Amino acid sequence: MNISRKWLEAFLRQPLDTHDLTERLAMLGAPVDSVERSHAALSGLVVGLVKDTQPHPDADRLSLCTVFDGQDDYQVVCGAPNVEAGKSYPFARVGTVMPGGFTIEKRKIRGLTSYGMLCSAKELELGEDAGGIMELATDADPGTGFLEAMALDDECLEIDVTPNRPDLLGHKGVARELAAGYGIQFRLPAIEGDYPSVPAPVRADGAEGTTGGVRVAIEDPEGCSRFLGAVIRGLTVGPSPEWLRSRLEAVGTRSINNIVDATNYVLMELGQPLHAYDLTSLHGPAVIARRGVAGETVLTLDGTERTVDGDMTVIADEDGAIGIGGVMGGETTEVRNSTRDIFLECASFQPSRIRRTRSTLGLSTDASFRFERGVDRWAAPDALRRCLEIILATAGGTLDGDPVDVWPEPTNPPRIFLRPARVRQVLGEEIPWEALEQYLVAIGATVVSKPDDGRMAVDVPGWRPDLREEIDLVEEVARMHGYQNFSSELRPFRVGSLPDATSDVAARAVRRGLSAEGLYEVVTMPMHRGEGAESVPLLNPLSAEEAFLRRRLIPGLVREVERNWAQGVRDIRLFEVGTVFRMAGPGERPEEEIHVAGLISGRRHPRHWTDGGHSGDCDQWDVAALFRRAVALANPAATVQVEGGSWVAVSAAGSVVGRTERIDADAPPWAAPVYGFEVVLDPAERQSQRYRALPETPGSTRDVSLVLHQDATAEAVETAIRATRGTRLESVEVLSEFRGGDLPAGSRSVAFRLTFRDPERTLRDAEVDKAFRRILQAVQQQVGVAPRAVDGGAAEE
Amino acid sequence: MPTTRHDVVQQLQARLAGVDSMDEAALEREHVHVLGRKAGLLTAALKSISQLPIEERRTFGAELNQLRQRFESAFEARRRTLSQAVRSQEDDVDLTMPARTTWSGGIHPVTRVIDEIVEIFHRLGFAVAVGPEAETEWLNFGALNFPPDHPAMDMHDTLYLDVGGDPPEGERMLLRTHTSPVQIRTLQASPPPVRVVIPGTCYRNDTFDASHAPAFSQIEGLAVDEGITFVDLKATLIHFAHEFFSPDTKVRFRPSFFPFTEPSAEMDIGCLLCGGSGCRACKGSGWMEILGCGMVHPNVLKSCDVDPERYTGFAFGMGPHRITMLRYGIPDIRMLFEGDMRFLSHFGE
Ligand SMILES: [Zn+2]
Repeated sequence: MNISRKWLEAFLRQPLDTHDLTERLAMLGAPVDSVERSHAALSGLVVGLVKDTQPHPDADRLSLCTVFDGQDDYQVVCGAPNVEAGKSYPFARVGTVMPGGFTIEKRKIRGLTSYGMLCSAKELELGEDAGGIMELATDADPGTGFLEAMALDDECLEIDVTPNRPDLLGHKGVARELAAGYGIQFRLPAIEGDYPSVPAPVRADGAEGTTGGVRVAIEDPEGCSRFLGAVIRGLTVGPSPEWLRSRLEAVGTRSINNIVDATNYVLMELGQPLHAYDLTSLHGPAVIARRGVAGETVLTLDGTERTVDGDMTVIADEDGAIGIGGVMGGETTEVRNSTRDIFLECASFQPSRIRRTRSTLGLSTDASFRFERGVDRWAAPDALRRCLEIILATAGGTLDGDPVDVWPEPTNPPRIFLRPARVRQVLGEEIPWEALEQYLVAIGATVVSKPDDGRMAVDVPGWRPDLREEIDLVEEVARMHGYQNFSSELRPFRVGSLPDATSDVAARAVRRGLSAEGLYEVVTMPMHRGEGAESVPLLNPLSAEEAFLRRRLIPGLVREVERNWAQGVRDIRLFEVGTVFRMAGPGERPEEEIHVAGLISGRRHPRHWTDGGHSGDCDQWDVAALFRRAVALANPAATVQVEGGSWVAVSAAGSVVGRTERIDADAPPWAAPVYGFEVVLDPAERQSQRYRALPETPGSTRDVSLVLHQDATAEAVETAIRATRGTRLESVEVLSEFRGGDLPAGSRSVAFRLTFRDPERTLRDAEVDKAFRRILQAVQQQVGVAPRAVDGGAAEE
Repeated sequence: MPTTRHDVVQQLQARLAGVDSMDEAALEREHVHVLGRKAGLLTAALKSISQLPIEERRTFGAELNQLRQRFESAFEARRRTLSQAVRSQEDDVDLTMPARTTWSGGIHPVTRVIDEIVEIFHRLGFAVAVGPEAETEWLNFGALNFPPDHPAMDMHDTLYLDVGGDPPEGERMLLRTHTSPVQIRTLQASPPPVRVVIPGTCYRNDTFDASHAPAFSQIEGLAVDEGITFVDLKATLIHFAHEFFSPDTKVRFRPSFFPFTEPSAEMDIGCLLCGGSGCRACKGSGWMEILGCGMVHPNVLKSCDVDPERYTGFAFGMGPHRITMLRYGIPDIRMLFEGDMRFLSHFGE
């Protein structure tokens, strides 16, 4: 909402400091988003007094002026016929930037130097008069800012009005708040010009009445509860007077003609939208608020033919719909320059119907914006009279009969009961009865009585549709008391009864663990292209690229790898912890899981000079380790197994809950291969580790190289080793793998180190040797794998 | 092979004396000769103990074990000396050369801000609660006192999901526009006293630009108990601002509007950039909006079957992305959704 400081000053009848105003509005709940100086382009101009004027010696039409700016005299060459000594004019000195953007410079004109310029209204974009320089009717001292001297020094404040406060969508409402805040009175500014007094609207019986020969009817009382109208005949459509133009221009509304400007003025002042009809174009003449008929069309003021439906309120005459109630009038009945007679509408429309209408039509207007938030229907008669007065003052004409007020089901604003104890319960401070009453009166409420039950009966003002229940009054009390005036002392509290969510605890542990592995966390957008029928589609996606929710994290991470490549970055180590979605049954809530995924590409270690620059690139064994780490952190009950060409994590229930992947990406030639993994986060609470006594006895190791043929796996060997009972085996390690040499094709030799230990005593060599032999036999029997070389001599026996 | 135990011990002791002067190759040969598993002198002697009379085993065994330890430490000491000798010959190193490093990794700046916020509220007795990102209209709006067809909905440009079926009004699925549905879920699941903070991803139908993201994180807080007032709200959030920003941070509360709280407020802090004198970042006001808050609306408590006459509460919500941008001076929110390694590694661990 655009607010003019000068307009507010007219209400409050005192000068306002913009900075202070900004602070106050913020503290009342309507923060100022921006402040724009009106005519900011003219801020460099000053009032210049012409002390003396002489004809230019070499040019008939030019004069040579001595201009005083309060400090110095300047020689100015002027081409205007009307310059006179002793008068003041807008003066642009050397260096002043003009509205067109050009800078005034010292200039030689017909041999004489001119130090500045005296300006016409057109040059200042203040009017069309280019004929002469603008004579200033001011007694301001020379050197005074031109805007200040001409009272053009207004500011437009863009205030951020929350949707519950339609009353702040007009200057009166803002002035009312400020008056309450400053503790002063406010009053409607006077209308300039002469006009007869306008009688109060006359209430019609039922849903229909007449004024000035026009039938006014409400046939859709749900959509339009109150409809006021008046007829003015014999007026003259023309440009608005200066005061009206400048008020509108100060809030960014273009002046159109005195009729439209009058309605816009009342809109900006009182927040009541009005509409003027060209009376001769009205069939009947009648103005009827009724439901639209499906398929019916209206040609709106913006020249668009719009199709209405039965949920919309249209304004119709005897022939058909001529406007969309509360949204936009129609072109056929528009006020034209030739219009002499008008019908003026001032009505109240139902907020949610207006909201649906403007949303269906895709047509949001100043009127619909206010009606969907709620316009004070009890103030409609005053708004109509105000508008009529302005029209009569600026366009002439006479009112034809009393204005009519059709209001079939009159209501009153609600009465709410406020308990002072409730105020204390919510706000935490005792606010005395007198203060409560004072605060509520300040916002325009009427405190009706002080009944015995301790409650305060409060009639809320019509312009506050947001005040519906007791808590709404509690907020008003807090606001008027000033949020800053409440204590902020930290008091004892009871801790909550809930523990931390286990999934969040687990996710945090995963993040710590994976960043300790040298991976950086990323957060990517969860909207992707679809991946099969299980992807959840959006009804109103931002784009086709973002039309589905992600099923997994890796595709998003791959894009980030590509982004790094595009920047020439080769070493990439990323992970993400995020939600993924899967379709459930029709109409059902999608399934959600937290996934953990990572991608690595590039060097295994940062470059170091001792490597000669050659540290190897990450390969599948690096991702295998990261995967195991991620599984241990994210899904500790799962086991890692080999499946196909990669590793998978399998839950206790047997389902795959994670896997590694070699990623095919759009890689530049210098890029290293990309490996990735993705694991489902198990939100279950983690079991804490139990203490295990550390061994105090020495361990004994035996190494063996086993020749593994094509089908034999290290895992099978290890399983067989571990399955041999009674060996006191503690651990199995793979030391190395060797292929080629004298080994048969397809075979390899894998060296294992076995560590034996008895926690109670030192094992004897013979015991260890015996256990080692039994293990080797078992491996040979179960896996068909024979030793190639053994440390410990056991194999020779 | 020595014949008597005494010979064995004497011979071994003699060899032990020689270890100190051996070169690398001799040292390794001697190791095998004495301690080798198959044919080492000491190994063989130890094996022979089992053939001795029982009373001699212990003393001789102890003697041999002691010798073995002395050999092992002598070998180890000689090896160390030899390797140091090698190094001291290479002492001509340039210690200004770069050290050997490992990949460091790091938690995302936004996550770290969230963790820090959570930590502050942990100390104030709040626990972490979470909830689903796909929600029903009812939990996202209705239960939170959003009137249907009200302009308050304009503050929440919503992304709806197409999950098929024909859900009735209110049961349509959407991507939550705030983490507030978790307030409802929490209150419905557990009776007061409730003190939770709710971090999570939220969604809006916003074009991705320098200051808007269609998905962003939010962290909310909720405290419901008997006797909680606006004073507690102010005190708790001022405490938070002082902990998170700095103890001398200026804080102000000003009226605002959220359907699910009343009275509602915005909390501003003194501008982090200009310190309150006014700059572009604070639009000249000297203040920066940090969070929205208010007393839980009685209708919200009612929709969770909590008696609003007995219990009161406060709630607040803030945007970690914005706070992260303020804290680190990041100019564009999109950078926080990119995995640029150079950007991420700026922030260190
Ligand atoms: Zn600032």
